[in-house]
Amino acid sequence: MSLTRAERTIIVSMWGKISTQADIIGTEALERLFSSYPQTKTYFPHFDLHAGSAQLRAHGSKVVAAVGDAVKSIDNVAGALSKLSELHAYVLRVDPVNFKLLSHCLLVTVASHFPADFTADAHAAWDKFLSIVSRVLTEKYR
Amino acid sequence: MVLEAADRAAVRALWLKLGSNVGVYTTEALERTFLAFPSTKTYFLHLDLSPGSAQVRAHGQKVADALTLAVDHLDDLPSALSALRELHAHKLRVNPVKFQLLVHCLLVTLARHYPGDFSPSLQASLNKFLSHVISALAPNCH
Repeated sequence: MSLTRAERTIIVSMWGKISTQADIIGTEALERLFSSYPQTKTYFPHFDLHAGSAQLRAHGSKVVAAVGDAVKSIDNVAGALSKLSELHAYVLRVDPVNFKLLSHCLLVTVASHFPADFTADAHAAWDKFLSIVSRVLTEKYR
Repeated sequence: MVLEAADRAAVRALWLKLGSNVGVYTTEALERTFLAFPSTKTYFLHLDLSPGSAQVRAHGQKVADALTLAVDHLDDLPSALSALRELHAHKLRVNPVKFQLLVHCLLVTLARHYPGDFSPSLQASLNKFLSHVISALAPNCH
């Protein structure tokens, strides 16, 4: 699965806007994840997960920064996220099903902040891109 | 599986707000599903699936009516949806995973149309309600 040129253009240009609200978006996506899918909290026993918590904000920033790294190296996502891929495979061992849930919540968040930009084409492109990111993050599991 | 009082209240309030627009949103959700997840088109080979198609709109309205029926029968979804279960599970044999894709697209659609008003907790309540609907349509399957 790889992105078409049209899909790349959509992602890179929308990223310009998304990155101006990166922290808000990352934090909100995590809030949505933990509300809708409480089982995902299992990976964060060391965090205060209440809405507005500083740790949630910091982690949301990290997640969105990583997505940003992938966007900046959209032709080589595996290379850009290689360290993170190892972290998830050898240390965190997040069950792959959770990447779908986080991707879903990221898309709902982006849709909510950029309703006009998040056309059906943009939605499809972003879903594909986040699938690629998820695949890279789980490809060293076994 | 019983929907808690707070979730029911949230879903009923949302449905009041959506009013007669439910069909508009379910149609958009269907269009997004077909675009982002082309394998779902397999169940609709008899329909014109081009953008703006009247047949997709008509189907969107059917989905809307079914969801509204569900909202009005939160105490007994399996019985209210039994005819639809017959249809989807036994005649159409829809892979249950596909319902999740439509749910994802519906949540994205609602987030777009009510930016700032589609909180993580509303998303969580709606997600629970729609999981119950899926269970009623495809028992034993997820």
